[in-house]
Amino acid sequence: MLKDQDRIFTNLYGMHDRNLAGAKARGHWDGTAGIIEKGRDWIIQTMKDSGLRGRGGAGFPTGLKWSFMPKESDGRPAYLVINADESEPGTCKDREIMRHDPHTLIEGALIASFAMNAHTCYIYLRGEYIREREALQAAIDECYDKGLLGKNAAGSGWDFDVFLHHGAGAYICGEETALIESLEGKKGMPRMKPPFPAGAGLYGCPTTVNNVESIAVVPTILRRGADWFASFGRQNNAGTKLFAISGHVNNPCVVEEAMSIGFEELIEKHCGGIRGGWDNLLAVIPGGSSVPCVRGENMRDAIMDFDYLRGELGSGLGTAAVIVMDKQTDIIKAIWRLSKFYKHESCGQCTPCREGTGWMMRVMDRLVKGEAELEEIDMLWDVTKQVEGHTICALGDAAAWPIQGLIKNFREEIEDRIRAQKTGRMGAMAAE
Amino acid sequence: MLRRLHSEQPDSFAFTPANQAWAEAQITKYPEGRQASAVIPLLWRAQEQEGWVTKPAIEAVADMLGMAYIRVLEVASFYFMFQLQPTGSVANIQICGTTSCMICGAEDLVAVCKEKIAEKPHTLSADGKFTWEEVECLGACTNAPMAQIGKDYYEDLTVESFTRLLDDLAAGKVVAPGPQNGRYAAEPKSGLTSLTEFDSGKTQYNASAQLAMDIKDGVKRIQGDEVPLLTPWVGKDGVVAGRAAEGQPPKAPEAPKPAVKQAEEAAKAAPKKSAAAEPASPEGAAAKPEDAAGEETKPLVLKEALGGLPDDLKLLKGVGPKLEEKLNSLGFFHFEQIADWTEAEVAWVDARLKFKGRITRDGWIEQAKRLQVGDETEFAKRAKAEGIYKDDE
Repeated sequence: MLKDQDRIFTNLYGMHDRNLAGAKARGHWDGTAGIIEKGRDWIIQTMKDSGLRGRGGAGFPTGLKWSFMPKESDGRPAYLVINADESEPGTCKDREIMRHDPHTLIEGALIASFAMNAHTCYIYLRGEYIREREALQAAIDECYDKGLLGKNAAGSGWDFDVFLHHGAGAYICGEETALIESLEGKKGMPRMKPPFPAGAGLYGCPTTVNNVESIAVVPTILRRGADWFASFGRQNNAGTKLFAISGHVNNPCVVEEAMSIGFEELIEKHCGGIRGGWDNLLAVIPGGSSVPCVRGENMRDAIMDFDYLRGELGSGLGTAAVIVMDKQTDIIKAIWRLSKFYKHESCGQCTPCREGTGWMMRVMDRLVKGEAELEEIDMLWDVTKQVEGHTICALGDAAAWPIQGLIKNFREEIEDRIRAQKTGRMGAMAAE
Repeated sequence: MLRRLHSEQPDSFAFTPANQAWAEAQITKYPEGRQASAVIPLLWRAQEQEGWVTKPAIEAVADMLGMAYIRVLEVASFYFMFQLQPTGSVANIQICGTTSCMICGAEDLVAVCKEKIAEKPHTLSADGKFTWEEVECLGACTNAPMAQIGKDYYEDLTVESFTRLLDDLAAGKVVAPGPQNGRYAAEPKSGLTSLTEFDSGKTQYNASAQLAMDIKDGVKRIQGDEVPLLTPWVGKDGVVAGRAAEGQPPKAPEAPKPAVKQAEEAAKAAPKKSAAAEPASPEGAAAKPEDAAGEETKPLVLKEALGGLPDDLKLLKGVGPKLEEKLNSLGFFHFEQIADWTEAEVAWVDARLKFKGRITRDGWIEQAKRLQVGDETEFAKRAKAEGIYKDDE
């Protein structure tokens, strides 16, 4: 288990001083100017060496992403945009950072912006996080007051502003180009790529969009060294990670743990076990709503990192939002609810997604009741394949995968329900 | 989901002075010419003030930001946080219904709403105090099931605690938000399993609940004077340091003006009479003032020409004998009358002529202004000299 000394978010639950003095006492804002003095190349190289992969779901190496930004300005400003539009079902980790440990994020924003030649950072926060916005803004105000932001930020010689911006309840704005559109005051509809944001993003200027957690871990990594961070987790899956465990565990919680921790250890140590014991575990969605679910029996020995969950289980770590479902759960209905979510959140730009999400939800509707034909399961599978990969952004894929996971793992459950409905007898599985 | 403006709209909208100051401060966050970025924050503030987003509010925000009304309406209807219909006077209850909350009992909370508030979402309760809706994931999944009421999250709910919460809110009591089962924030309920070495005791409330308890009323509508307005990014010298240190972003493409504005400006500026300056399609040109004709006012009309001596209205380009007759029958005999038409009066006349949009297109008002003082227009000179209408009929 990760030691407390190795945890980055030492005020994750907000029980200690949340103001600047408290943050400084816990080691934040320590020698920030010294880090910046070491220069852009050193910062980006250290980030690459640390092996940090983006914490927003896709797991793209953060240092590499930063290196795509132009080295020399062509007269246009560069922007860092922090994606705090946390709305993937199951995910609630960034909220804890922003309301309880906001200085990790603000210090990270300064260092990351410097590394990308940006003087301005926008934090795009989801609209519903009103209190989180107030808490984060209070922290930003305090930083300005103490000279950590603004002209010559933290004595580094770098002029730097952080602006807190917010959306108004659209999941799609978590997609980086939709977020940029929304930040420009438009509907959040994703842009075609290329051009990539690093070439032309916010206001047509070079922009990097990073997740809150990816930025908030930066100062600690640079202070303690790439080797320290890389010492946690398996090769290629380095570091510590915030896990958010919800659903049918005895004690749902958000907790920082080492990457590649075993699923059983994670649940037993922090969540007090599965409700009704391990034999009562039906399924787990290991990385937020967009990744396919995994059968409970395959999860017990699972290693919680990008490569294991994708390679061995055909799922993904995503945002490390673990949704646990016990055997009292109607799994078809649980996945139907995700279909409803994606239908609601599709921006309507691409036809396969706009029409497909509604179509899939309506078939799922009937599968929940069992009022369908057995062939329709394969038809549904086909439709998910036609949506997947045929849209501008990944929302189409994200809508398809949970259903594919359901059909792959719980086909007999669906068939059983259809048969039961047809014969009027209780299904064999439901009778168990 | 179809989202339209509500059928009944108030007449006007204005930010309270404090909210207006707040809104103007938000605009300073964005580079020059990019003030449209502030549209979501401003609409949200309007909603916080009024309880929902009204049509006048949309227009007021558009005017403030120099945006076309349709662009702001697009934003208001795209984002689900904007309520396009009236909400409960005390609060709109938003139950998170997505998977994590659903499997932890959100459906039971919805049932409570149906029983205590209204059968259908977005419908006012009998006493007008509440509305409710099921929303998608609110991002507090480890504290499921939960609801957002006003600005606050009420977490770890049960049917009992939620029912009690609704009763307390209806009675005007202040309930501490956050977890309702004795938990502090997102830690394991049974006690800390990490960060124990840093234990320093804890403050009474987590950060979110603390902010609510400081103001002591989470469902209060924002007037803007609750907390001091801070814009620390604008330095003492009035300069935003980071922005001053960097180049200017490329200019935003010019936003199209609202139709109403276009008509206003067209009426003010002298319309050019050359063919090249006219819009390419007559239909298009005719449509513009028509769209703009939101309101009509009856202009000054006369029963007969003053002193029995009418002006020759045919000297106006665009007015032939038939149109002159029609104008006379409506009560217009003199250039002075036409020269004084306002935009709303033009709309009134337009609605009664067969040639909608001609008044603006041919610049009658401008012509009449010159003719009334005895100034000749080029057309009038030609008309007099050549007598172009003599054998028209």
